[in-house]
Amino acid sequence: MNFWNDPLKVAAEWLEGIFTGWGMDAVFAHVLVVFLGVFLLITLLMVLDIFLVWIERKVVARFQDRLGPNRVGPFGLIQPFADIIKLIIKEDTTPGGADKVVYNLAPILSMMSVLILWAVVPIAPVILGVDLNVGVLFLIAAGAIGTLSIIMAGWSSNNKFALIGGFRQVAMMVAFEIPMLTMLLIPTIFAGSMNMNDIIQSQGSIWYFVLSPLGALIFLIAVIAELGRAPFDLAEGESELVAGFNTEYSGMKFGMFYAGELLHAMTFGGIWGILFFGGYRFFGLEQVSPFLAVLIFFVKALIGYWVIMWVKYTMMRIRIDQMLAFNWMFLTPLSFVLLMVTALMNALLAGTSTWVYGIGMFLSNVVLGWVALELVRSYSRREREKLEGPKKVAEAHH
Amino acid sequence: MNPEQIIFLVVAGATLVSGLMVVTTRNLVHAALWLVATLFGVAVVYAILNAGFIAVVQIVIYVGAIAILFIFAVMLTRKDMRDTGPQLNKGWWTGALIAVLAFGGLVTLFQSWAGISKTAAAIPSDFDAVGLLGSQLTSPDAFVLPFEVASVLLLAAMVGAVYVAFTRK
Repeated sequence: MNFWNDPLKVAAEWLEGIFTGWGMDAVFAHVLVVFLGVFLLITLLMVLDIFLVWIERKVVARFQDRLGPNRVGPFGLIQPFADIIKLIIKEDTTPGGADKVVYNLAPILSMMSVLILWAVVPIAPVILGVDLNVGVLFLIAAGAIGTLSIIMAGWSSNNKFALIGGFRQVAMMVAFEIPMLTMLLIPTIFAGSMNMNDIIQSQGSIWYFVLSPLGALIFLIAVIAELGRAPFDLAEGESELVAGFNTEYSGMKFGMFYAGELLHAMTFGGIWGILFFGGYRFFGLEQVSPFLAVLIFFVKALIGYWVIMWVKYTMMRIRIDQMLAFNWMFLTPLSFVLLMVTALMNALLAGTSTWVYGIGMFLSNVVLGWVALELVRSYSRREREKLEGPKKVAEAHH
Repeated sequence: MNPEQIIFLVVAGATLVSGLMVVTTRNLVHAALWLVATLFGVAVVYAILNAGFIAVVQIVIYVGAIAILFIFAVMLTRKDMRDTGPQLNKGWWTGALIAVLAFGGLVTLFQSWAGISKTAAAIPSDFDAVGLLGSQLTSPDAFVLPFEVASVLLLAAMVGAVYVAFTRK
């Protein structure tokens, strides 16, 4: 076993050897090395997070026909460091009447709910935190902590805008958790496992995006809602709620929410890549070296992140009643039907060749998506007619 | 003492303390948040026992749904989060008696059980706990009937909730 094939294990064994050489207990040395590994991963993610600020600002600038940060350093690359220094030296304010402990705990929990996701994300075949057999469910559990942090932030700020923003965000997260969880079950059906690594390994011949394009789309919508990004950013609608649940936060505490949101978006870009686009797999390149697999994973994660940004800076904000109706009356029933159809087709097509299986799955998705859109269109036509009256015959002749 | 035992003792202690805080704190939202901490502690105990599925489901359902519902209910129904009334009622000694008796009964029960002092056998690496749980829940020889009965009960509760909340136009 050499370093280039399994870097994590070799490094861990080397470190453990050093620690036991110092006369440390073997079990204790192992625990210490695991802690160091977690610490290293979190540090790397936080450094990546700093650059995500730059990426986000540059991309939004392109979308809005601006230049973005371009003064500090080459291409404005030093800008995020300047931002961090500004956030750290800013006055740290706490509103009067705030619940101090809860108020200070909320940004930490928010960041934690993002970082904890990386415990189950396989970055390469041999570079992963925990090979959890319920990895897919773990994503939802981590989301629960995020929901909790937002309601804590909204309530403890002692500010009505923050509380309304928190209520909206939690209503949205609780609602969109359902289609998200249902769509997580689709790769589970295909792979026959809830383990993230197994899901990637079983996408050898075909990406799950091809088998279930509708599933991938619904998952993306649910993820964007979970992130609270446009068109679902009504929890921080600037024009009505100042900044929503983080109105009262200043300095680095606001920075935690902001950085957490960016890293969350990138993480879910990566998870979208894992579940529907083969994760670190790319035409056998991942077999060459784990480092290449890491590169492939991050390229896919950044592409997913770019799609999320693309949606954010193109769509306009929707109202809360539209959001709830969209989720409960359209997305949730559609995802349930899609799950049932996928499970049924999976049982019917079991044992057939990959081609028949793939085409059957793809067609069932397309037909289901088309039927759903037709139903919505006829519903909206009826609603419009109720308001405007039936279309006049004379107009139709134009 | 191995690291696993240390983790267990720390987690069990934290769970007990937060459980106590749930019933002693006067602020209702704080009580709900302490309850979340308690439920987290229980999830960690499940994870230590190698029941990963149960641990994750514990967090998804209890923290993600039920605790959030509690917090919402408290925030929407109370204007003042502080409780001013007495924290004990007349029947407190009955409750205390039942708790002590239950604890004593559990201790004597476990002491008479031979398995209490043994270490559990290591779980083989190819043991598919989630797959086994799924097939047990849906197999006619095992738990399909209780599972379906519970599902129908939940469905009935859901229909009832919708009916209660539904206002005719």
